[in-house]
Amino acid sequence: MELLNPNLGLIAWTTVAFLITLWILGKYAWKPIVSGLEKREQNIADSIQAAEKVKQEMAALKSENEELLAKARDERAQMLREAKETRDKIIAEAKEQARQETNKIVSDAQAVINQQKMAAITELKNNVGKLVIEVSEKVLRRELASKEAQEQFIHELTSEVKLN
Amino acid sequence: MGFRSVKSLLVATFSIFLISVSFQGFAQNNEDGEAKTEEKFDPTTVILNHVQDGYSFHFFTIGDFHASIPLPVILYSPQKGLSIFSSSRFGHEGELTYEGYKMENNKIVAVDEGVKVYDFSMTRNVVQMLLVLTLFIILMINIGKRYKKGIGVTSAPTGVQNLLEPVIIFIRDEVAKVNLGSRWERYMPYLLTLFFFILVNALFGMIPGVANVAGNIAFTLILGVIALIVILASTTTHFWKHLFWPPGVPFLVKLILVPVELAGVFIIKPGALIIRLFANMIAGHIVILAFISLIFIFGEMSTVAGYSFSPFSVLFIVFDYFIEILVAFIQAFIFTVLTAIFIGQGFEGSDHDLHPGTHDGML
Repeated sequence: MELLNPNLGLIAWTTVAFLITLWILGKYAWKPIVSGLEKREQNIADSIQAAEKVKQEMAALKSENEELLAKARDERAQMLREAKETRDKIIAEAKEQARQETNKIVSDAQAVINQQKMAAITELKNNVGKLVIEVSEKVLRRELASKEAQEQFIHELTSEVKLN
Repeated sequence: MGFRSVKSLLVATFSIFLISVSFQGFAQNNEDGEAKTEEKFDPTTVILNHVQDGYSFHFFTIGDFHASIPLPVILYSPQKGLSIFSSSRFGHEGELTYEGYKMENNKIVAVDEGVKVYDFSMTRNVVQMLLVLTLFIILMINIGKRYKKGIGVTSAPTGVQNLLEPVIIFIRDEVAKVNLGSRWERYMPYLLTLFFFILVNALFGMIPGVANVAGNIAFTLILGVIALIVILASTTTHFWKHLFWPPGVPFLVKLILVPVELAGVFIIKPGALIIRLFANMIAGHIVILAFISLIFIFGEMSTVAGYSFSPFSVLFIVFDYFIEILVAFIQAFIFTVLTAIFIGQGFEGSDHDLHPGTHDGML
């Protein structure tokens, strides 16, 4: 049958055509296309990977930031607390010191007062004694005639004596 | 820019080609045209003439007008040497004798008995194939240049790249990588060329009036032979050891199995490829021509029957055309995928990182 009888010319031409096509396309088309596609896919894969990595890094950074923030907040709170404690302590100490100072001043003052009181008493005693001695001396020097005159005299003397 | 000028050049050449054809048609008046119209319509001859190869592009004949492009005839015989001349020398019906050669049953033979002729003529299949491949090569080189320039590599692909890229990626991922494992890249040029070689020839063969290149046994035979060569070239000693001494098989079974396996490798596998493609490609054309012939068969019975049947015929032909387009893609794919599978079987198991299907998904 003619249909199933391959003819020589077509066989030869098809072979030549196929081999030339294979050679030309292999060199100028398939190679750049396949390698280009490969490169592009690699590129896309790399880009996606890089994006994923950046995303992860961002997430890590964010959580780190939050941690830092939380720490800072804690620190601030602690500092405030410490400052308050210090303040209270200082106030308490100042109050204590003031009280002690006051006590000391008061006790000093009392001591001075006592001392002066004692000095005054001693002086008074000395004065009274001197006075008694003077009066007695006067009395003794004057010879008293009568009892009434004596009494008069004493009375005079006593009125003269003024306590201080 | 270069592509554009080449394109316009091609258009110009083709136009001149066509114009010369029409002149040819007017110039050569033949009386045989009349006689043919009175002959009884013979669908078998018409169909076979259409699906077979020919020495000229014959489009139609109206009365004395023959719209055909004569093609160069290249003959070689040991006695007469090389002779090259136009096929129009044989006349429109191949009735003339030229340089001691004549046409007999659509074949060129020497007038003298005993002169052996090797026919390397540029038949319509050859010319059409070369034309189609030239166009396709120009297109592909242009696309290749774009990838070289970085379009589609560092930026998005544009234009015709988008059309071909899915096909190329499909061949790469579903044919090459699946069947050839880590050696896929070495076979990519062959597989892609094979696929597009079949596809463009099959698709162009569907244009009415042109030759049915992909449905020619010589065309498919060569593709099958090349596939066989590639398959054999990629086999390993492991493959042949298993073929000649299949492990775990009783001796007597081996005696049967080895010849069967050998026949499978050398005859059945490539033979199946050749016959499948040939039958599929020619069948569609025969069906279309049969439906057209039906119009004329009915027309011979009565003119009314012929006219009234033609819409149905056209409907079926349109339907068949769609199937043909589908078949062109499917057959190109099947031929390619089977070749890839056979190649894969050749080195399967030779080293263990090559298990088919274990390829890493790129993305």
